[in-house]
Order: sequence, then structure tokens, then C-alpha cells
Amino acid sequence: MDDVLIAGAGISRFGRTEHTTGRQHALYAVRAALADAGIPWSRVGAAFGGSDAAGLADTLVSQLGLTGVPFVNVKNGCATGGSALVSAVNAIRAGLADVVLAVGFDKHPRGAFDPLPADWGLDDAYGRDGLMVTTQFFGMKIQRYMHEYGISARTLALVAEKAYRNGSRNPNAWRRTPIGADEILASGLVSDPLTRYMFCSPGEGAAALVLCSPEAAAGLAGVPVTLRSAVVRSRRFGSFEVFSPSIAGGELTSVSRDAAGAAFEAAGVAPGDVGVCQLQDTESGAEVMHLAECGFCADGEQEKLIAEGATEIGGSLPVNTDGGCIANGEPIGASGLRQVYEIVQQLRGRAGERQVPGEPRVGFTHVYGAPGVSACTVLSR
Amino acid sequence: MPALVGSRCAGCEVTAYPADGSCPRCGRDTETVTLSTSGTLWTWTVQRYAPKSPPYVPPPEGFRPFAVGYVELPERLRVAAVLDFADLGAIRIGAPMRIEATGGVPRAVPAGEK
Repeated sequence: MDDVLIAGAGISRFGRTEHTTGRQHALYAVRAALADAGIPWSRVGAAFGGSDAAGLADTLVSQLGLTGVPFVNVKNGCATGGSALVSAVNAIRAGLADVVLAVGFDKHPRGAFDPLPADWGLDDAYGRDGLMVTTQFFGMKIQRYMHEYGISARTLALVAEKAYRNGSRNPNAWRRTPIGADEILASGLVSDPLTRYMFCSPGEGAAALVLCSPEAAAGLAGVPVTLRSAVVRSRRFGSFEVFSPSIAGGELTSVSRDAAGAAFEAAGVAPGDVGVCQLQDTESGAEVMHLAECGFCADGEQEKLIAEGATEIGGSLPVNTDGGCIANGEPIGASGLRQVYEIVQQLRGRAGERQVPGEPRVGFTHVYGAPGVSACTVLSR
Repeated sequence: MPALVGSRCAGCEVTAYPADGSCPRCGRDTETVTLSTSGTLWTWTVQRYAPKSPPYVPPPEGFRPFAVGYVELPERLRVAAVLDFADLGAIRIGAPMRIEATGGVPRAVPAGEK
């Protein structure tokens, strides 16, 4: 299939503000992406985007300009950004347009998400009795994983320590103060074995990408990065997801494993070729498990890899170089494209203080979320 | 206390909880089955802070941290339940459990305890 290039990438400041709306974040990111690509809004021939809780992306045309562009709203949970990206790629390959925008944004209230049982097809008792709490799922999944594969609580703390350290090198991150592993372990249990500082917080922010065909790229000013593949998958039977009254017995299936495998196959590269990657780190345990689910190591190897510093910016496989969700917060609609924005900076050699040394050539991104959805990309320069 | 009621697929023999007219694996019709009341603890966590109310309704004596987990049953099924452990420091994966239906979500107690 024809290559699709990323000609421009833009991001807004992640974190939490009093007065900035999700749409304002989105406008900032879109304008930054257009400026990066060196094109006016009128050059965009199609657009895809969305948020989980901050409004409709297609209303952005009121401020960007009423050009008549086809603009499709995407609402797909944690895969909102990834689904917008897949739609943009397909639009270019199908010949609908040669320059296409993908945008993801969000703004969430303080505190944990508070879903209602009925929205998930569950009996009200699950809410009444206190089981509609997302952190329980994360605690239970890593608890089982630690039992099976010998991962220690210290490793979970080291993952969060790295996130805050990388965030301190990222001027766009929310959490920019380094926190040591001992303080992370002592920050108070939320859902055993996970402590407060091991979790990301719902936040706000936006990221946008300008994608184009190789022919269109030749006429643009930006430094393009090749999007080798973009894949979205939903869960198969036998997976372990949030708010599940039951799980099938036997070995677990993984939507992340499925999406990552499909992305690598479509890109024609192997996990071993990747020089920098962004993995869903809703909390520390997620990053540990996703290293294996995405194919970067065997189950259990993380204990040694992380202790050795392999996932640090100077390590053999730098993970979440921008601080990930733990340091940037989780605006659901924005996180997937934030990851791609970061890989674009790394592959262009423009990541500043957090630049991975050795000029990485191949990058990978992965988001995972409820109710069992994953989006992955492979990028190269 | 009564046993949990689930459903079993007539075709692929997958057992599901709660009971549903369609099999989650293949979509075919199911029949209702009574589930085992004995199993082992597959994983667990502790809810350390009070969940948001609504929807959470704390007990009359007020919120106290409680354990939740999945109990693995012989039907190749792991069922989510509130775990009644007197000592939250004594919870271990693999512990034999008894699981039953209640007016709310399933509840499980360590086998041998009342």
C-alpha cells in the first residue's frame, strides 16, 4: 500500500486549567500542526477528530474557517485519536483528499472517572456495592501478573519514577517534578498494589496531525515522518477488561497484543527494530504488562529490563520519553495523538532535553482502554 | 445463601456470568445453569477509598476499605465478587473460596469461614 506521511504535528499544553476549554486546546494544537506543515487550513481536504467529554470536533470549523471541508466526528474511547488517524490514512489511500487532519482533545473533571452501570450493560448493584471503580481493574490485573511472573512493587515504582523524570524534561508535561521510587511506594495505596503516584490523573489537552500523500508532501515545507501503519482493534473472547462481572478461564487474550501484532505486520518491521516507543501507562503496571503484550519482551523479563534502565531515554528501548500518561495526565481523546506527536519529534531529532540518542529510525505507539480497545502505530523516518 | 446463576452455550459450552441469552464467544443461544459455589482466588485488590456516591451506597456504619477480586470456578470462569476477609493483610491468590449470590453483587468468603 502507498505510504502516508505525517507532515505536521501540534500539541497543546497538557495539565489542568480553570478556563481553557477542550475546544481551545484543540484549536491550538490544530494551528500548531498546520504551521508545522507550513500550510493554511484551506489546504486541508478532509478532517477526522473527536473527544470523549469535551465536545464535537467538527465544530472547530467555526474558528478554523468555514471551507466546506468534510469533517467526521470520532468517538471511540481511548482509541479516539487512533481511530481518527486510521480514518485519515484511509481517506488518503482512497483518494478522498491528499492532505488530511486528525485531531484529538479532551478535558475531564478532577478525580477518577465515575461511570454508571447501566451505560455498561451492568446491574445497578455493581455501582451500589462499589465495583464501578476503574482503579480496581488496574490493581487486579497487575496483581495477577506480578504473581505469575515475579514482578516486584519496586519495579512499579521505578516505572513511575521514570515517568516523572521524563516529564521534568518535557516543557509541555503536567507533572514536571521528579519523584523518587521510595516516595512513590509510600504515597498511599489506592488499589493494591498500586499507590497514588503510580496512577495518571484525568486531565486536559489536545494533539493534532497533518497527514498527506507522498506527492503532496513534496510541495510542503515540513519534515515528514512516514506512518508505516495505524491499526485499531477491539477485544476478542477471553480478555480481562475493566468492569467485567466475569472473565473466561484459561490463558488471557489481549487486544493490545492483537493490535500491536497487526501494526508490526502491516509495517513490515519487528518490535526489535523499534528505537523509541510510547505505551499506554494509565498506571505503572500497565506499562510493565504492555511491554510484553506489544512484543518488546517476554512475560517477566520486565523486572530485569527496568532495573537495568533499558526503558530510560538512554536505554536500549526508551519508553514514554515524554513522561507518558503518568506525567502528562489522561485527556482520553488526546493521548493517542500525543504519543504520535512525541514519536514525530524523536524521529526528527527535535525532542530537546528528552531526545533519544543515536538518531532512532523507527518508533511505535500504543493506547489501550475500556471496554477493550487498542490502537497502535509504527512510524519511521 | 444461593448459588450464582449463569448461562452455558449449547454449541461451544462456554459458561458465562451473569446469565445472558447469547454466548459471548459465538453469539448462539444459551441455557441457564447453576454455578459452583467453590473455587479459588484468582486475583484481588483492596478498595482503599470510598467510591463516588452515587452510585456507591456505603454501609450504615460508614465506609471501610474492602477487598474485591475474581474467584475461579471449575466451569472455566472467573467471577468478580466482594471478598469478605476479616484481615485484609491475609489475602492470597490461590486461596480456596466459597462464592454465593446476594441481593447485590456476588460475595465470596475464604472456605472454612462462616
